[in-house]
Amino acid sequence: MLKAAGPDTVMVVPACCTSVIQGIYPNTAFNVPVYNIAFGAAAACASGMSNAFRAAGKKTNVIVYAGDGGTLDIGIQAMSGAFERGTDFLYICYDNEAYGNTGMQRSGGTPMGAKTTTTPTGKTDAKKDIDMIIAAHDPPYMATACAAYPQDIFKKVQKALTFRGPTFIHILAPCPPGWRYPTEKSVEMGKLAVKSGMWVLYEREYGKVTIGPQSKAAMKRPLPLEEYLSPQGRFKGIEPKIVEILKQRIAKNYQRLAAEEEASA
Amino acid sequence: MSSSRERLAMSRPKEGAAGQTGSWRVFKPVVDREKCNACGLCSMYCPDATIDEDFNIDLRFCKGCGICANECPKKAIEMVREEK
Repeated sequence: MLKAAGPDTVMVVPACCTSVIQGIYPNTAFNVPVYNIAFGAAAACASGMSNAFRAAGKKTNVIVYAGDGGTLDIGIQAMSGAFERGTDFLYICYDNEAYGNTGMQRSGGTPMGAKTTTTPTGKTDAKKDIDMIIAAHDPPYMATACAAYPQDIFKKVQKALTFRGPTFIHILAPCPPGWRYPTEKSVEMGKLAVKSGMWVLYEREYGKVTIGPQSKAAMKRPLPLEEYLSPQGRFKGIEPKIVEILKQRIAKNYQRLAAEEEASA
Repeated sequence: MSSSRERLAMSRPKEGAAGQTGSWRVFKPVVDREKCNACGLCSMYCPDATIDEDFNIDLRFCKGCGICANECPKKAIEMVREEK
């Protein structure tokens, strides 16, 4: 991600796993300035930062790097505000579908049927579709990506930073301890999510939807959803009823995106 | 510090508060150079960025997650139990 952004970058990080990755003061794992901010204020902070840079005539990239809790639940108000004001920044949400740092509590991003420490029998509500909420703000560019396709992320970050105005990238990040699968399956799990249709890769550029080639192939020949669910401990003992609901939602999501792509072509 | 920042805004493993994270490892990756076709997938997927351009694995920081062995299309990487 930072490789694509280059050295002229500032990161704004709310409370999330990246707060841990940075290391303890005075050491840091990042080669660029990082601003740590309260959970709900990341986008508001980036808004001011970006405006200050532009007023000084600098083209420094401002990137918010937040988790799904900091985007879908706690940070949504500040984020919505920043998108509405048309701030020139990139908002990246890496989504491991729960609050990982505090021990996997449910978040708005947790899919239906997944067990977390606060939903021990499986979540009964569906995953919040943050991409549709962002799309309603009509940003110049937004995309979904998956950590299993690093080159895809690289290209999308590069592309997003060329736009003036708010841009958004939503990355699915498989999390071994939280999803309860062996660590070596991380990349495989991300690919299975895309292949089974639980995660769809697409871009929305000035309202024009383009579905990624990986997801297009998955739409034509989808992998059975069970292949994605069964290796994960969080979906252990999921009711067949919920699997059916998930399948219906996947089919509906595909239909909606395909229709949108056709309409905007 | 400033020169490296100008060069590339990308992180490399360095000793942090936890010391060298290689000590956490239970299985270590061993590369079979005969089978390796230098595709670079292991280097790209390594979450700790411990594999360099010549596919040498920095065992001081490799945590032994096994992603490289799992993703290698030639099955050239084997995870071997660490002998202490």
